[in-house]
Amino acid sequence: MSKLPDARRCQEWAEEMLSHALAAGADSAEVLVGDGSELEVKVRLGEPELVKDAGSRALGLRVLRDHRVAVAYTSDFAPAAMRQFARESVELCGLAEPDPLADLPDRHEMAREVPDLDLWDETAPSFDAAQALRLAKQGEQAALHFDRRVTNSEGGVASRVMGATAFASSAGFSGGYRGTRLSLVVAPVCDDADGKKRNGHYWTSSRFTSGLLDPEAVGLEAARRALAKLGSRKIATCQVPAVFAPEAARALLGQLAGVVSGGAVWRKSSYLAAREGTAVASSLVTVVDDPLRRRAPGSRPFDGEGLAARPNVVVSEGVLRSFLCDVYSARKLGRRSTGSAGRGVGGGPHVSTSNFILLPGKTEAADLERLPQGLYVTDLMGFGFNPVTGDWSQGANGFWIDNGSRAHPVSEITISINFDDLWKSIDGVGNDLDTRSSVQSPTLRVSRITVAGT
Amino acid sequence: MSCAFRSADRPAPSPLAGIDETVAERLLGEALASGGEYADLYFEFRSAADFVMEEAQVRSVGRALTVGLGVRVLRGDATGYAYTEELSSARMSEVARTAGQIAAAGRRVAPVALTPLSCRDVYSVPESSLTRPGPDKVALLRRADAAARALDARIVRVEASLSEEWREILVFTSDGRLAQDRQPMLRLGVHAVAEEAGRRQGGRSGTALRRGLELFALPGHAPEGHGREAARIALDMLHAEEAPAGPMEVVLGPGESGILLHEAVGHGLEADFNRKKTSNYTDQIGKSVASPLCTVVDDATVAHARGSVNVDDEGNPGQRNLLIEKGILRGYLQDRISARHFHSEATGNGRRESFRCQPLPRMTNTLLLGGQDDPEDIVRSVRRGVYAKNFSGGQVNISNGDFVFSLTESYLIEDGKLTAPLRGVNLIGNGPEVLRQVTMVGHDFRLSEGTWTCGKEGQSVPVGVGTPTVKIARITVGGTRTP
Repeated sequence: MSKLPDARRCQEWAEEMLSHALAAGADSAEVLVGDGSELEVKVRLGEPELVKDAGSRALGLRVLRDHRVAVAYTSDFAPAAMRQFARESVELCGLAEPDPLADLPDRHEMAREVPDLDLWDETAPSFDAAQALRLAKQGEQAALHFDRRVTNSEGGVASRVMGATAFASSAGFSGGYRGTRLSLVVAPVCDDADGKKRNGHYWTSSRFTSGLLDPEAVGLEAARRALAKLGSRKIATCQVPAVFAPEAARALLGQLAGVVSGGAVWRKSSYLAAREGTAVASSLVTVVDDPLRRRAPGSRPFDGEGLAARPNVVVSEGVLRSFLCDVYSARKLGRRSTGSAGRGVGGGPHVSTSNFILLPGKTEAADLERLPQGLYVTDLMGFGFNPVTGDWSQGANGFWIDNGSRAHPVSEITISINFDDLWKSIDGVGNDLDTRSSVQSPTLRVSRITVAGT
Repeated sequence: MSCAFRSADRPAPSPLAGIDETVAERLLGEALASGGEYADLYFEFRSAADFVMEEAQVRSVGRALTVGLGVRVLRGDATGYAYTEELSSARMSEVARTAGQIAAAGRRVAPVALTPLSCRDVYSVPESSLTRPGPDKVALLRRADAAARALDARIVRVEASLSEEWREILVFTSDGRLAQDRQPMLRLGVHAVAEEAGRRQGGRSGTALRRGLELFALPGHAPEGHGREAARIALDMLHAEEAPAGPMEVVLGPGESGILLHEAVGHGLEADFNRKKTSNYTDQIGKSVASPLCTVVDDATVAHARGSVNVDDEGNPGQRNLLIEKGILRGYLQDRISARHFHSEATGNGRRESFRCQPLPRMTNTLLLGGQDDPEDIVRSVRRGVYAKNFSGGQVNISNGDFVFSLTESYLIEDGKLTAPLRGVNLIGNGPEVLRQVTMVGHDFRLSEGTWTCGKEGQSVPVGVGTPTVKIARITVGGTRTP
C-alpha cells in the first residue's frame, strides 16, 4: 500500500525544518526525519489472524537558544504547520535553563560522508502480504506437525519493515539512508502432564529476504524447544555453575550496555562509574560496539548527532577500555564523543549501542556443558537488576545439568549474583555467536551462581 | 522567566474537530467494500509535554503532537489493520480500503447508522495541565528536587520529571457505535541517589493519575512528599543486607503489591489467551483458582486512576468486572473478538497503545479487595520472612502461569517485626499456586498511585493496581544468601 521510503525526500524535509528553526531564532538545531512502512501478518492454526499494512512518517526537532534545549515531535508535514512548529519549539527553549554543556557537536566532529552499509534489500518491497502469510503458515505448520504433543500454537508471525532516516544539523551535516528488516517467529504450545502448558519459540531475522532461515527450520526448532520444556520443575536452592545460552547471555550483555553508557556514568547510576582501565570481567571477555558491520541489524552510517559512526572497543580481555558517549555525556566526563548517540524522532540524543558484540571464543558451546552439576539457562524473566549497585536477581528457565548432560527442564527459579561478580567469574565463552539481533553473544559460562528454588 | 508555553495561551483546536458522522459512514462503507463483517475507525489526537530537572536545573523540555487514524476490518477471527497520520480524505479512504483487503470476496455488509454513546466521566479535570503555563510545572519540579536534597547531605543526585498528556479519541463502528473520550494523564517522578563511604543506592517515588495540576494541591500529593520519599528509600537501602534465598513466608504491603496480582492472575484472564486455549486459566470458569480469601476485580471506573477508561478503544463503556469471587473464577477480560467467541458481553477491556495498533483484551485497574485481618497482626504472625513494599515490575509466562516480580524496597521479618532492609531481590512463583497460598488478607485496601505501564505484544498501556496487606504462606525469594 505504502510508497517506498525515500531518504532523499526525508533529507529535504529535515533541511527545510532546520532552516525554519534557524529563521525562528534558534542558535542551532538538528532535525531527524523517519519515514517507514510496516507489514505484519499473523497466522494461527493455519488461518490468517492479522494483516497489518501501514506507513508512517514523523519528524523530531532539537533546538537550542542561549544553551537552553527543547525537543519536539510532529507528524504534520504541511508547510505552514512546519513553520509554526519550528516557532513554537524555539519558544519552548525559554522554559529550560541554560546549560553551558548543552550544544551540538563541534563542526570538525561531524560526519563527512554516508558509507553504504548494505542495509537495503531491493527485493524487500516485493515481499507482500501473500508471501508473508505463506511464510508464517509454513513455519507454524512445521511446528504443529513435528510431534503429536504439540497441541496448540500462539501462531506464526512474519513481518517486513522498510524505513528511511534522514538527519540535518546546523553543525554542518545532512544525510540519509534506507534500511530493511524481515523476520519470522513461530510459537507452538504443548500440554504438560500436570495440566500446565509449555510454550517455546524460535525466530529468524535479517535485513535481506535471502538471509532468513527456511520457515520449516524455524518451525521445527520452535517445536523442539517447546517439547524440551515438558516435565519442567523447580530445583533445590543451591550454588552451582551456570551456562547461559546465547539468547540469555544476550540479555546479560544488554544490561552491561546500560552500565557502560556515559549517561549512566555521569549520572552516578552505574556501578562501573570509576572503573575505566580496570578489570570488570574475566579475561575471556572482549566486547565491541560496531556500527559499521555490513548488513548487520544495528548498523548505522552516522550517529544520532551526525557524527561518523565508528567501532569502539568497550571491554578488552576483561579490562574496561571506554564508556560509550554521546556529545553531552562526553562533555560531562571531560572527553570526546565516541559517536554513540542514538536518536529517535520522539526524543533527544542519548547514548545507544549499535551492534554490541561479545566476541566469540574457541570453545564448542556443547563443551561448556560438561559439568558434574550445573544449570543451563535458556531465558531470563523480570527486571531484577540494580545498575547503581550491581545487585542482580532474575527469574530463569532452562535445564538441570547432571554428569555433563541436560537431565531435565527447570522453571520457576531465580538466579542471583552481583553483576560485577558475574562478569568476573565467566570461565567459558563459546564459539557460537548469535548474530540475529543488535546485541550479540555466544554461550557463556559463569563458575558459580545462587539458585533459589525449593 | 517570561516565556509562556505557546499552546498554553491559545489551546489549539482539536485536529479531530472536522471528523463527523458523514465522514465516518463513508469510510466505514469503504472499509467493508471488500466483504468484511465489521469495521471500526479509531481517531486519536495526543498532545504531550515533559520536563526533566537534573542537578537542580531544567535540563530539557519536550513536546509532542500526534494525530492519526487506525482502521480495522474483521472477518471471522481475522483482522485487517491499517493506519495513517494524514487525515486527508484521499489518504483516509486508501487506509480504509487497505484494511478491508483481509476480507476479499465475502458477502457485503452495510454499516449501521451511528448513535452516540453517552457515559460517565470518571476523570473530569477542571483544566488540562497542558493549558497551564510551563513555569508552574517547573516550580513543582523545583519543590520536589529541593525537598529530596534537603532531607540529608548524603543525597548526591536528584532527577525529577513531569510529563503530561491529553488524549482525545473518537471511535466509530460499523454496528452503529459512536464513542468519544478525553483522557488526561499527569505524572511526576523523582529518582534520588544516596552515597556514603563509596556505597551508592537509588530510590524512586512518583505518582501518575488522570488529573490536572490540581492534583498537587490535594492532601498527601505535594511534590515535596515524593522528593522526600525517593530520598528516604535511597538512604534506607544504603544499609540494606543481602536477601535470603529459598521459599518462605512473604507479606505484601498494601498498594504497590498489586503488581503481583497483575502478573499472577491478570494476564492469564485476558480472553484472547483463553479463547486460544494458551492460558493456564483456560476452561477454569466456575472453578477454584485461588484461596477463598481472594476476590479480584478489574475496575475501569476508579475516579482519576491511571488505568481507568470512560470508554475502551473499541467504543465500549469502561466498567467494573468481577474476575475472581472468594477464590472462584467468574470471568475473563474481553475485547470484541473474544466476546463474540465466548458469546458474552464486551467488558470494556479492548485497549490499544495508539492508532497504530489493533485493540487487545487488556487490564485497567486490577484490584484485590480488602479482607478481615489487621495488617499488624499479619506481620506479627510471621516468624521469619520478607515484607515486600516497593516493586519495579514483573513478568509472567501466560501459558504456565510462572511469574517473577522485582522488589526495590523490602525488609526482613524476624519474630513478627520488620528488621533489616534487603537489597534488590526477585520473588518467583506460579499464579494459581501462589494465590492458593494466600492465608491472610488485611482490611487496609489501597490503590497504588504509581506509574504502572503494561506491555503486551509490543503495545504499552497505562494500568492501575491495588491490594490490602496480604500474607503468602510460601513463595520463593530469590536472594543470594543460602540457608
